[in-house]
Amino acid sequence: MSTRLASGGRLIDRKTTQKFTFNGTWLSGFSGDTLASALLANDQMLVGRSFKYHRPRGILASGPEEPNALVNLGRDDRLEPNQRTTTTPLFDGLQATSQNHWPSLEFDIGVVNNYAARFLPAGFYYKTFIHPRAAWKHLFEPVIRKSAGLGRAPKDRDADRYEQAYAFCDVLVVGGGIAGLQAALSAGRRGDRVILLEQAAHWGGRAPVDGDAVGGMAAGDWLTAALEELHALPNVTLRAACTATGVYDHGYVLAAESLADATPGDGRPRQRLWRIRAGRIVTATGAIERPLSFAGNDIPGVMLAAAMRDYVVNHAVSPGDRTVIVTNNDDAYRTALVLRDAGLAVPVILDARPAPAGPLVEAARARGIRIEAGRAIAKVQGGKRVTGVQICLQAGEGAVLEEISCDAVAMSGGWSPVVHLWSHCGGKLNWDDRLSAFLPDPARPPLNHDGRAMVTPAGAAAGIFEPDAILTSGEVAGADPDSLGEVQDELLARQSVVVPPVWVMPQGARADLRAKMWLDFQNDVKVSDVQLAAREGYESVEHTKRYTTLGMATDQGKLSNINGLAVLAQALGEDIPQVGTTTFRPPYTPVTLGTLAGEARGEIFQPLRRTPVHGWHESHGAYFEPVGLWRRPYCYPRSGESHADAVKREVLNTRAGLGLLDASTLGKIIVKGPDAGRFLDMLYTNMMSTLPVGKCRYGLMCNEQGFLSDDGVVARLDEDTWLCHTTSGGADRIHGWMEDWLQCEWWDWKVYTANLTEHYAQIAVVGPKARALLEKLGGMDVSKEALPFMAWSEGSLAGIPARAFRISFSGELSYEIAVPASQGLAFWEACLAAGAEFGISPYGTEALHVMRAEKGFIMIGDETDGTVTPLDLGLAWAVSKKKADFLGKRGMERNHLSSPDRWQLVGFETLDGSVIPDGAYILAEGSNDNGQRNVQGRVTSTYYSPTLKHGIAMGLLHHGPSRMGEVVEFNKTDGGTVKARVADPVFYDKTGEKQNV
Amino acid sequence: MLTLTCPCCGVTAEETELAPGYEAHLKRFGPGSTDAEFESYMFARKNPKGVHFERWRHAYGCGKWFLAARCTATLEVFGTYPAQTTEPPAAILDAIRARRPDWKA
Repeated sequence: MSTRLASGGRLIDRKTTQKFTFNGTWLSGFSGDTLASALLANDQMLVGRSFKYHRPRGILASGPEEPNALVNLGRDDRLEPNQRTTTTPLFDGLQATSQNHWPSLEFDIGVVNNYAARFLPAGFYYKTFIHPRAAWKHLFEPVIRKSAGLGRAPKDRDADRYEQAYAFCDVLVVGGGIAGLQAALSAGRRGDRVILLEQAAHWGGRAPVDGDAVGGMAAGDWLTAALEELHALPNVTLRAACTATGVYDHGYVLAAESLADATPGDGRPRQRLWRIRAGRIVTATGAIERPLSFAGNDIPGVMLAAAMRDYVVNHAVSPGDRTVIVTNNDDAYRTALVLRDAGLAVPVILDARPAPAGPLVEAARARGIRIEAGRAIAKVQGGKRVTGVQICLQAGEGAVLEEISCDAVAMSGGWSPVVHLWSHCGGKLNWDDRLSAFLPDPARPPLNHDGRAMVTPAGAAAGIFEPDAILTSGEVAGADPDSLGEVQDELLARQSVVVPPVWVMPQGARADLRAKMWLDFQNDVKVSDVQLAAREGYESVEHTKRYTTLGMATDQGKLSNINGLAVLAQALGEDIPQVGTTTFRPPYTPVTLGTLAGEARGEIFQPLRRTPVHGWHESHGAYFEPVGLWRRPYCYPRSGESHADAVKREVLNTRAGLGLLDASTLGKIIVKGPDAGRFLDMLYTNMMSTLPVGKCRYGLMCNEQGFLSDDGVVARLDEDTWLCHTTSGGADRIHGWMEDWLQCEWWDWKVYTANLTEHYAQIAVVGPKARALLEKLGGMDVSKEALPFMAWSEGSLAGIPARAFRISFSGELSYEIAVPASQGLAFWEACLAAGAEFGISPYGTEALHVMRAEKGFIMIGDETDGTVTPLDLGLAWAVSKKKADFLGKRGMERNHLSSPDRWQLVGFETLDGSVIPDGAYILAEGSNDNGQRNVQGRVTSTYYSPTLKHGIAMGLLHHGPSRMGEVVEFNKTDGGTVKARVADPVFYDKTGEKQNV
Repeated sequence: MLTLTCPCCGVTAEETELAPGYEAHLKRFGPGSTDAEFESYMFARKNPKGVHFERWRHAYGCGKWFLAARCTATLEVFGTYPAQTTEPPAAILDAIRARRPDWKA
């Protein structure tokens, strides 16, 4: 069993007890524990079930590489799934539950998958797609959906808040072990601005646990001195509990800092995302121990050797009373020594090497520990806990020589340098035969904007494992990165660490053993799965990864990748470097979505644009809709009134009397200069240079492909100034479009533009009584003679300076009044007060849409979708035939666009008066090769017309204008169809009398 | 996330401040051009692995367009220069050749 030792524990404080629950049971640990160490102290080795076979799983590691011991942490609005117990600091009141089992962790029905494992081979998921077809839908999918997956996504809104911050430095050092501390010291001493990040809450990496002398001092003393000096350097910033998760272009690094994870609800942000721009980056990210592939290597009680000594030294937790050590390198002997020092039994060290030697081996031998060379584990015995191991020859096929009872196994397959951050931006790797590992190639680093190396690896991350060599490597990485390649080669050549390859244990293992050797513990991928993939023809490591799901779990293969690709290389008969690695992508460890979102949630998810009248709309019960970043009133429902009824009332009231629309969102761009007319003639499809001062003209803009892009009314303010109105959503885009042409193509033209959209409030006064209202407000002549249709004039109304445009998007007598934004609300309220006697009522965007559709006016984004030309919409009158050139003219001349054989705009009236559904297609005879019904057009705008009291629509129909009166069929969402007669798109006031009075 | 220096205002800006405008030095073909010419202008974009000339706008800064020469594979930036030019200036070409001796314009 696993238990707390009576003494020791470098990181725990035995005076501070912390109570927590696991699956509802109260347990206790100490301050300084991780959740994993506290669970082990309570003999809770079984903590989860595996993804696919629901096998019992225990704690395997002691750091972020942990694949098994994931839990649901917290509950309700603080629930977070898939949290690694090994990196979760224990706190009083912590609540954890295990995942992926039913009905309970101890008794899980899903474990039947384990016994059916031979029917769930590599790629079984894809194989279920093939045949029979019906089986996927009715059999496989429901079963797979129910049994797969780890934690459940939280349902409640996250109660915590998160923040983001920026930081800048010359040198960013990632990793607070000996190499990282030394790199920070050497860069800091030179005066560089240094940021040093460490993912754990404490400094020093492995050195304090492994107890080697560093720089002639005890590791602990060296650490104290280094930290003291770093804290005293004003140009060095240290951040513990802060994980650098990704390296991006030009020295950009994201790091997630834990702030209140262990004190939920204390008022601080839970986590902070650092967005760091570094001159260069030192990755002193250490190395991760590799598991060995022997049968039953996933049974709870089998742990990584270094993790086991972490628990003993850091937390005074013994994972087992009798631990068998199995290894292919010297490092695991440290675990044997630590266990023996703690008074625990080590019955045997199984060393796969034929003749282990060296100081650590001798030390173990001197302590009387039995060492068996050339031996391997044939099979681990036990179910929910290790009960013993069967020993065999590494060189053989697994014939059992001896059985030894034990309750834990410590394994070490060597170390994989953490090369993730080096690789994120393209750093290349070399295979090192002595270490059996991929190392960063200093000759092929990721590059910065200036072509210099952006990342420098140091210490174990560069394959350097001996303390004094690590110091040298850190020193050089911090101060003199250009000479690093040379120094590293020398350090690597000098070090005595050798890790012979042991990819499968025993090397000739029988099939039944290989089917129980786990490579990827989290995604349940075994040696036999990778070998099957190779037999089925998967040669690329990237394809094998996706087919078998090796390395695709939340741990992203930190333990499994090297072992997996080594097995693949063996199966393919190739060398490991030829097979290569899969791509290392950020994040290094999972980052919670809240941290990435930061403060961008709720009201401030994105900027919100409000018109000067927005407050009035809100206080008068407007129902809003988003239009770009704007919020516009859709309608103003009265108490008890549905939105549809409100829209009807607003339309009828405007057509019969007087309506008021807040049109302030309309884009307003000033184009000014001696060449402004010439410029607008290029921008618009029609002529703008000939527009007289004081007049307005409707204009269309196309992109260079000839497709309609925006529309609006242009007013000529004076000899060299035009005011271009754009659509509400298009103002910024069109202003950018103008600037693009002026800056990049016609930079010799004398034209200036200014986007004045927010400088003015624009209020549309609409309806037969519009003139009467403005006359009552008084201040300027708004008569038909002084201000005819499509003219504008300047003056004042109700004492407010105003520009009045006689333009109409409703077909009624209409004035759009622009006033300074600061007086927009005052003007709006003056209109409402004075308009009471005329029955004035505000209307929203939906009434605007209905009225423009009744008039057959197009709307950018409804009638257009980036594939529609002005000619398709019957707007040939607005496309100049005289102009030699304008943007889109050449595009429109392309044969497909100029062909008469296109879908063209017409109106539709349903025979039964109903409203055609949005997005409906017009059906044609027959069906296409995919068995889909042929179509001959589609609806673009469809509304109930309160004025005409039946459904009206506009749409594009093949040869539409030549088919007036024909009856066509639209499909409906309920599977039926609706018949409609092709009609003129102008349904209301075809001659335009009403707007021209 | 790239950083580029705006040659107009001198600010070294992050990509979040910039808007991309794709390939630089395109020649516009308008009415009267052949289909092949128009296609070359409208659709035929270079997509090299290596040296590339691009348009960028300092959209959330000074608002000016500028051009950048950079390597699409290593993300090295050889230089930025004003948009008011029809071909890369000599200094930019020199900077490219200094790092990519085999590169051909």
